[in-house]
Amino acid sequence: MFRWKLLLMFFAIVLLQVLILNNVYLGGYINPQVYVLFVLILPFGTRGWHLLLLAFFLGMLIDVFEDSIAIHTASTVMLAFARPFVLRLLTGKQPDDAGDVPSFRTLGTMTLLVYSLILILIHHLVLFFMEMFHFRDFTETIVRVVLSGGLTLLFVIIGFVLFNSPTAKR
Amino acid sequence: MRNLFRFIRRYHFFFFFLVLQVVALFLTLSSQHFQQAYLFHSSNTLSGYVYRTYHSVSNYMYLRDVNEQLLEDNRRLMERNRENFLITDQQVFQHEDSVYQRRYTYLNAGVINKSVNRRNNYMTLNKGRRHGIEPDMGVITGNGVAGIIMYVSDNFSSVMSLLHSDMLVSVKIGKNNHIGTLQWEGGDYRRTVMSYIPPHVDLSEGDSIFTSGHSRVFPENVFVGTIEDWEVRRGENFFTATVKMAIDHNKLSLVYVVKNLMREEHEELESAVPGDIQF
Repeated sequence: MFRWKLLLMFFAIVLLQVLILNNVYLGGYINPQVYVLFVLILPFGTRGWHLLLLAFFLGMLIDVFEDSIAIHTASTVMLAFARPFVLRLLTGKQPDDAGDVPSFRTLGTMTLLVYSLILILIHHLVLFFMEMFHFRDFTETIVRVVLSGGLTLLFVIIGFVLFNSPTAKR
Repeated sequence: MRNLFRFIRRYHFFFFFLVLQVVALFLTLSSQHFQQAYLFHSSNTLSGYVYRTYHSVSNYMYLRDVNEQLLEDNRRLMERNRENFLITDQQVFQHEDSVYQRRYTYLNAGVINKSVNRRNNYMTLNKGRRHGIEPDMGVITGNGVAGIIMYVSDNFSSVMSLLHSDMLVSVKIGKNNHIGTLQWEGGDYRRTVMSYIPPHVDLSEGDSIFTSGHSRVFPENVFVGTIEDWEVRRGENFFTATVKMAIDHNKLSLVYVVKNLMREEHEELESAVPGDIQF
């Protein structure tokens, strides 16, 4: 049951990203990457290589749609790699129920915010610097990371609020 | 040997991460030199069909703009109509003769996907190889340059937009025919930059910029935009002008693909000339 929901969410979030959010134009600097929510919201007990493989295919699908060559793949895999370390850093230990997903209930508001913020920053740094491909426009790229990251965080938090209720009752 | 396996098993998360990351980096790096990363372009079948389905719904919202654009194109064409001109010399008037040989033909196509908010932007067109589109053809609209075809599949094609860091277009200033190079520097998608204008050239705000016709891709005198501002950048001996583009890349819906019928002849001749020629 839960697997089907994840699969549905996988494709829904790709379509949301490529059909709607990529057409949002905000001053030439801001492009929210909301699809990272999918990796953030996977259950605590997800095996390492499942995590990496899902992230790989998610990034690859986004790349196919955006004509960008493997930069989303690389940044999303990096995000998936960092996730267990950030979780361990913030919670100290693995939560008791491995089937639980990160949410306001399981992590608490503050921890969830910091968790999302750190991982989004890692993802956006890799993404935007790979897009520039060299450090020529360093400050401009940092501005893009911060602005886009902020908006992504906002959308991700909204996503957590929306997904909170059904998983809590599961 | 056994220890090695145990080591890999213990750190399999890290090793798997390394493998995936190397695959991604390899794809990124190789794409800089080879055009075979076909899977990652929106001319490929999967994303082409998704975008086309989406476009078939969303393009209703652009109908008003498209109609206005078509009216404007029609008006411009009507202006060129032979009936608009009075024949003053009754002795010789031939409209089509062997003196004029056709050099460019045009195909119309629809834009089914585009972006303006990245550093390197692309578009996808709803026509491809089957309709006669080939890589390196120019893409223009009724009032400006839009990009160059990069990849084609049977039914779709990917366009490198004018808003791409690798896209250089040879342009000229309309009033005095001085040549410069057009290249987008990121940020605002409505403005681009024309560089290498000699410093003795007299510029003024609102000067029109056209394609120079030096490339094999675009015909001469396709409108690009107007000059807004100019400066001499530090360490340079040339004017660099900010150009306001005539087309709104965010609203592009219908485009024309330019086919240069004399392209091969042109290429063959120039390849015979020694030394680097830049386009």
